[in-house]
Amino acid sequence: MTDQSGTVALNKPAEQQSDDAHGYYTRGENIVDGAAPTGPIKDRWTNHIFDTRLVNPANRRKLDVIIVGTGLAGGAAAATLGEAGYNVKSFCYQDSPRRAHSIAAQGGINGAKNYKEDGDSVFRLFYDTVKGGDYRSRESNVYRLAEVSASIIDQCVAQGVPFAREYGGLLDNRSFGGVQVSRTFYARGQTGQQLLIGAYQALERQVAAGTVTTYTRHDMLELVMVDGKARGIIARDLSTGEIETHLADAVVLASGGYGNVFFLSTNAMGCNVTATWRAHRKGAYMANPCYTQIHPTCIPVAGEHQSKLTLMSESLRNDGRIWVPKNADDCTKDPREIPEEDRDYYLERIYPAFGNLVPRDIASRQAKNVCDEGRGVGPKVGDFRRGVYLDFSEVIERTGEDKVREKYDNLFDMYERITGENPYEVPMRIYPAVHYVMGGLWVDYDLQSNVPGLFVTGEANFSDHGANRLGASALMQGLSDGYFVLPNTIRGYLADGPFETIDESHPAVVEARTSVEQRIETFLSINGTRSVDSFHRELGHIMWEFCGMERSEEGLRKAIDMIRELKREFWSNLRVLGSADTLNQALEKAGRVADFIELGELMCIDALNRRESCGGHFRAESQTEEGEALRHDDEFAYVAAWEFGGDEGQPVLHKEDLIYTAIEMKQRSYK
Amino acid sequence: MNLTLKIWRQAGATAKGAMHTYEVDEISEDMSFLEMLDVLNEQLNEQGEEPVAFDHDCREGICGSCDLMINGRPHGPEVTTTCQLHMRSFKDGDTIHVEPWRAEGFPVVKDLIVDRSAFDRIIQAGGYISVNTGAAPDAHATPVPREDAMKAFNVATCIGCGACVAACPNGSASLFMGAKITHLGRLPQGQPERDSRVVSMVAQHDAEGFGGCTNIGECTSACPKEIPLDVISQLNKDLRTAIRHGH
Ligand SMILES: Cc1cc2nc3c(=O)[nH]c(=O)nc-3n(C[C@H](O)[C@H](O)[C@H](O)COP(=O)(O)OP(=O)(O)OC[C@H]3O[C@@H](n4cnc5c(N)ncnc54)[C@H](O)[C@@H]3O)c2cc1C
Ligand code: SF4
Ligand code: FES
Repeated sequence: MTDQSGTVALNKPAEQQSDDAHGYYTRGENIVDGAAPTGPIKDRWTNHIFDTRLVNPANRRKLDVIIVGTGLAGGAAAATLGEAGYNVKSFCYQDSPRRAHSIAAQGGINGAKNYKEDGDSVFRLFYDTVKGGDYRSRESNVYRLAEVSASIIDQCVAQGVPFAREYGGLLDNRSFGGVQVSRTFYARGQTGQQLLIGAYQALERQVAAGTVTTYTRHDMLELVMVDGKARGIIARDLSTGEIETHLADAVVLASGGYGNVFFLSTNAMGCNVTATWRAHRKGAYMANPCYTQIHPTCIPVAGEHQSKLTLMSESLRNDGRIWVPKNADDCTKDPREIPEEDRDYYLERIYPAFGNLVPRDIASRQAKNVCDEGRGVGPKVGDFRRGVYLDFSEVIERTGEDKVREKYDNLFDMYERITGENPYEVPMRIYPAVHYVMGGLWVDYDLQSNVPGLFVTGEANFSDHGANRLGASALMQGLSDGYFVLPNTIRGYLADGPFETIDESHPAVVEARTSVEQRIETFLSINGTRSVDSFHRELGHIMWEFCGMERSEEGLRKAIDMIRELKREFWSNLRVLGSADTLNQALEKAGRVADFIELGELMCIDALNRRESCGGHFRAESQTEEGEALRHDDEFAYVAAWEFGGDEGQPVLHKEDLIYTAIEMKQRSYK
Repeated sequence: MNLTLKIWRQAGATAKGAMHTYEVDEISEDMSFLEMLDVLNEQLNEQGEEPVAFDHDCREGICGSCDLMINGRPHGPEVTTTCQLHMRSFKDGDTIHVEPWRAEGFPVVKDLIVDRSAFDRIIQAGGYISVNTGAAPDAHATPVPREDAMKAFNVATCIGCGACVAACPNGSASLFMGAKITHLGRLPQGQPERDSRVVSMVAQHDAEGFGGCTNIGECTSACPKEIPLDVISQLNKDLRTAIRHGH
């Protein structure tokens, strides 16, 4: 812990020497976070709340806020702004807000409660998160996240979220990957579901109270900008196909992450980038798009028709031991017949201090390494077996099967259902998969994008996780943004409102609407031969191969060419049947995949520019002699915020320097 | 394996629907039921026929989107969600019937998709604890006996899929509603609104056109989350108590 006055910069702004992406982009002005607070880090948020203007309760009802997304970030924000008396319109593409993708989170949510008296504190949660993110997040934002975390737990318990409890009736905690204290609150393997149901119920309570209107089965397809401000959205009613215009004083995007650009991922099938990509095309900067988190414990791919990958909660790493056979010849044997001395518990061997609990990026990359060496297990996919064992035999022997069942039963059942193997008897097989994206729209400390009136929360923004996200911190961020941050920061903007009334005949609104209609018309009229899914799969292959766990300059250049070619083919050979004026799922997907293709190209350019290994992003050209990730703070301690350069132009790179005052940057070491 | 599918196709809410027959081949037993439908849809697209619409999202058994009647049973032959049903539950040469949920409270939107928004309206009627953001006491202020927390959790796992309604000959949503009432009623936080909650939710349930419960038990045997039948007795008990309290 160093000086916390908040006045002394502990690092110099980065100066990039390399220029791998030369020719693919142009340089714009550096940007700064205009809302960034200063002063002692522990007072920044409190002071900022105080400094933010208030809106008189009587005026709130005259202010309209659109919130796209009903996950933890959007659902919590809609409920809270509704309670405050604003007039909220809430959108989601599913048939009910309760089905937002947050529902799938398994492991848990962090909170700096120090209920275990094991040395936890707000500062330690902050420190772990900044360090875990490889010093590529903003310290003020992360500190706020850690500070607010305790209130999240209180709020959820009050709503009736049934967290795990100890015999005395107090809340239980466990530890999560990359962390040595127990600060994770959980509800068996279904924490996301329970938290989301809490937010959903709070939201439905406001619907009943008349402050929130929900628009389910609605897809936001365009952002409406009037006089440089975000003033509404164009959405398609997915049941009827009707194109609707919704206008408001401010727009909040809480539309989740874009991991599905890889086609195979742990995300829900509908997760997409459309809401944020449409905003990007309208001027909002896309920050650090190449930052993808690969999760180490997913069920390996079994066959070519696979549509998604299933995560096994990381909490399993608390009790399971990860290994592969020492000899490649043993890889096809029954694991139970391989004696102890022929097993390589590689994480425990390489990282004795953290063992199986090393952070996700390290666990993922080492799993890939041992499989690349030919020591993977399970079915052959391509040339390799892509799986490692996650073995519970020891803990079952030590504590009994019942204890393990109590902790993990639904996860074990899910594994058995998917693979047809009983993990109480045979070790599980796991492999890394795309799980979460740290990149997203650029926002300032107020969660406002560079487009006035456009706010972005949860996984859809880039803010708090840096180049790598630690376990149990995305749920925390979603709820922190939704319940506590946005409702306090958006006030400052709304205090200027109500803004000039606009109606649907405003030229900017008409333009936005027409562009949506034309785009839909185009999808339906290309009349080619290939399905949307086939394009999506192909894009996914390119992204995973060249912009996945390990990237190289050569590979990324190749990928950009391939994506450009794919884009040309998409717009000339796509086949979408049916019509626009009814429910049409292929049409929905077409719009999403079109946006994924454009995003994929930008991700590759961003990855190409960043010639350093950092977080989940391993650049082959930047490693230590031992093959560990090598970061270059002197060149890359900045946020890459990309401006859309037009359909024919090149993206424009704006850099935001990352300056630390409370934590000194160190190379990460888990050895 | 090769399969014959008989699938309900209906162009829209008011259109007339009918069963259509399709053949799919080279289905592997590791595929999920929805992946098998993906294969069919790919095939239909190639043949110039509009793909079959069905609801799904997480494909992990947790969002509650996927909802198919398979061979007359909600989610098919296993007690699970449709996305977690794998083709190893079927045999080469099988004929499989696929239909949407059938219940008055769940009108068809298109093909296999139904409108389940009635569930949201039942929750709006009182399926929550009224606590504004920021007004919560410290989480340890009210200890909850572990037993109660576990019981609450076990019924809070309902994913709102609607299988219980689809399985019920009366089209009753009592299992769904009972699960929520039991979840919140088991916790100290849920007590203040316990009476009003059950009364309003039941009233909304009836207004949505769901039928009454006559204790048949089909709901619980179809529920992928194994919500027990006793949540319905709890619901009835709470309702009687509320009425006694003058609600
Ligand atoms: C399997 C899995 C397990 C996880 N486990 C954990 C964990 O244990 N701990 C943890 O901290 N994090 C975990 N995460 C990460 C975490 O769940 C997510 O990052 C987080 O829930 C994202 O929340 P969100 O509110 O930002 O977005 P989401 O929950 O994804 O919500 C997005 C919302 O936006 C809507 N939407 C999107 N696009 C549009 C559009 N164009 N028009 C209209 N609506 C739109 C959707 O309908 C939805 O309502 C997990 C993630 C996965 C995939
Ligand atoms: S009670 Fe069971 S069957 Fe009914 S909605 Fe809930 S999870 Fe589905
Ligand atoms: S798709 Fe989510 S439960 Fe089946």
